[in-house]
Amino acid sequence: MSQLILIKQARLLDPAEHLDQIGDLLIAGGKIAGFGEHLSIDGASIDAEIIDARGLCLAPGLVDMRVMFGEPGAEHKETFESGTRAAAAGGVTSLACLPNTEPAIDDPAMVEFIARRARQQKRVKVYPYGAVTQRCAGEQLAEMALLRQAGAVGFTDGHRAVADSLVMRRAMAYVSALGGRIIQFPEDPSLTSSGLMNDGEMATRLGLAGMPHEAEVIMVERDLRLAEATGCALHLGPISTAAAVEAIRQAKAKDLAITADATPAHLTLNELSVEGYRTFAKIKPPLRAEKDRLALIDGLVDGTIDVIASDHCPQDQDSKRLPFAQAEFGVVGLETLLPVALGLVHDGTLPLLDLLDKLTRAPADILGLGAGRLKKGAPADIILFDPETPWRISPDDLISLSKNTPFEGRLTQGRVLRTIVDGRTIFGGGVATS
Amino acid sequence: MAVHELPQLFSKRHLLGIEGLSPYEIQHLLDRADEFVDHGRQANKKLDLMRGLTQINLFFESSTRTRTSFELAGKRLSADVVNMSIGSSSIKKGETLIDTAMTLNAMHPDVLVARHHDSGAVALLAHHVNCAVINAGDGSHEHPTQALLDALTIRRRRGRISGLLVAICGDILHSRVARSNILLLSAMGARVRVVAPKTLLPSTVGAYGVEVCSDMESGLADADIVMMLRLQTERMQGSFVPSVREYFHLFGLTYDKLAKAKPDALIMHPGPMNRGVEIDGTVADDIHRSAILDQVELGVAVRMACLDTLTRNLKAAA
Repeated sequence: MSQLILIKQARLLDPAEHLDQIGDLLIAGGKIAGFGEHLSIDGASIDAEIIDARGLCLAPGLVDMRVMFGEPGAEHKETFESGTRAAAAGGVTSLACLPNTEPAIDDPAMVEFIARRARQQKRVKVYPYGAVTQRCAGEQLAEMALLRQAGAVGFTDGHRAVADSLVMRRAMAYVSALGGRIIQFPEDPSLTSSGLMNDGEMATRLGLAGMPHEAEVIMVERDLRLAEATGCALHLGPISTAAAVEAIRQAKAKDLAITADATPAHLTLNELSVEGYRTFAKIKPPLRAEKDRLALIDGLVDGTIDVIASDHCPQDQDSKRLPFAQAEFGVVGLETLLPVALGLVHDGTLPLLDLLDKLTRAPADILGLGAGRLKKGAPADIILFDPETPWRISPDDLISLSKNTPFEGRLTQGRVLRTIVDGRTIFGGGVATS
Repeated sequence: MAVHELPQLFSKRHLLGIEGLSPYEIQHLLDRADEFVDHGRQANKKLDLMRGLTQINLFFESSTRTRTSFELAGKRLSADVVNMSIGSSSIKKGETLIDTAMTLNAMHPDVLVARHHDSGAVALLAHHVNCAVINAGDGSHEHPTQALLDALTIRRRRGRISGLLVAICGDILHSRVARSNILLLSAMGARVRVVAPKTLLPSTVGAYGVEVCSDMESGLADADIVMMLRLQTERMQGSFVPSVREYFHLFGLTYDKLAKAKPDALIMHPGPMNRGVEIDGTVADDIHRSAILDQVELGVAVRMACLDTLTRNLKAAA
């Protein structure tokens, strides 16, 4: 652990400091000891591992603020073991996991359970969210102060919206005093309860019940009002519609403490992916119309959307190889997060540093993790990636226990070659990946 | 024998929907069905076109008329017909659709006729079997043989489909019959109008290129064909219309409302009818106006045509 690692001649990328230059980075004792154009080690230490990183990008490890594992309750879909290995392979060094498990993370002991199970893996850093309401049922408030003390990095009911306005108002008022943040899944469930995909032409043709756009913006606008009234910091996501992007844009103009995220699936796919009743494209919120996707891209470019999160939601074959109405919602995303997101750089939508900001600094700051940047003295959580490596995404290549990717066959460029957490290589670089 | 060998103009392996069929393929099936109609009126209705072949009717949703129609069609072609319905199947014991498909496939059927309560389920089934599959209705998606028999009914009564104004009235939102009919009638050159309360219309129904009406008066104006749909209360979650009484008042087909249509307008209904809900009993029974029993008769002929055409394709491929 105290070993010295010198990474030489990488393209150093730190969105927090707008750093983009060729240079070296030295890791000592699991921390970043320094970086710059040319570093040398005192007395040319024999212990040092030298990594020749010419042609590679070096960036802070990715921070994924929206991840679902199967533990507890659905270990056949994803365990901490498989999930953290998938995260490492995707270059994710810190992640926050959603609490709508079975049972829910609504009790301090459960938060400690998650933290302990994740620590045992000795891979990526896993931060639990605490539930807003008991059992994520949207009725009684959970013990949020105790959850926070136990280590919860934020409060959310995961893939369930806190639908009752009075419950949400009280939760926000309560959390504003704790100094925390509520992460809301913006959907009016009464408008979407029987829905299977985006309400539109495609749903009509396929004879599938639709989830209307308004379901999202109604909840976004309600929560923006409540955030203004209570002063609570609010994060909304995943955002999928043009109307919600616009509502958030206007709220940000009023200097409210609002942040938002979108997923690679919503940024790169639209409702046409459901053609042929493809259950691997069945997600919540649903893949929307192309005009919504373009509005999300605009929101990403102008900063309305702060974060790209994978919304990793593993579902096994038995949950997906079913008639569309019976299949579960969700896609896996940890391992495809960077390759798919880099497509937005390759097609000229975003500069590389801006994209990385949404994958590192921004989510780290929202959750108060102190990660997501290259800083002397900070834990050495970094990735090396080649932005050009071609990968035709295949479910067979995925480490995750569940293979429910909507990106099968997609041609991507850019893959993580090495993931380092606290100075330890946990993926790539000659370390066994299985 | 009036049934001749026809050049094969229909090359598909399955019949999963009207979507994707060309007007020529539709016409081929209708022409073929036409030949079977007269044959069905003879004392000896048996043909040996499917002798030795096995047909399984797999119904996950209860059905009397469609299943009987397919069964008769298969038997008149000399197929060995087996009926499987949900009540007695292992789906109730937790078997998945794909497992059921693979199990049946192992018994080497030649054609599978399937109905399922979920949209897309019959297509999923078709991916996992080697035989031909006919969709006998999947969720709110398609019911292609119903659209074909409706088209045959119209063609025999009116001599053409092209140029006619067809008003499809009622629960469009949940109706697979409406979807298949809109696609087929549009493909064959008819003018299609959908008439329903807004809560029972898909929000994007206009994308089909149909006219949209929310009242019967303007909806039936100048219609050549009035096609009524059943109010599908079993597919409805929550309240789509305030009451059956109000629905009948506004959208139930009565002689008053029918007066807006062409004087010789033909009344159709896919059945089963809810008398006093979407259609007045006396209108439904009017032998001069109603083609409802024709539809039932032609249904057998259309299904014979579909079975014959698809199994013929199988034999050609073997």
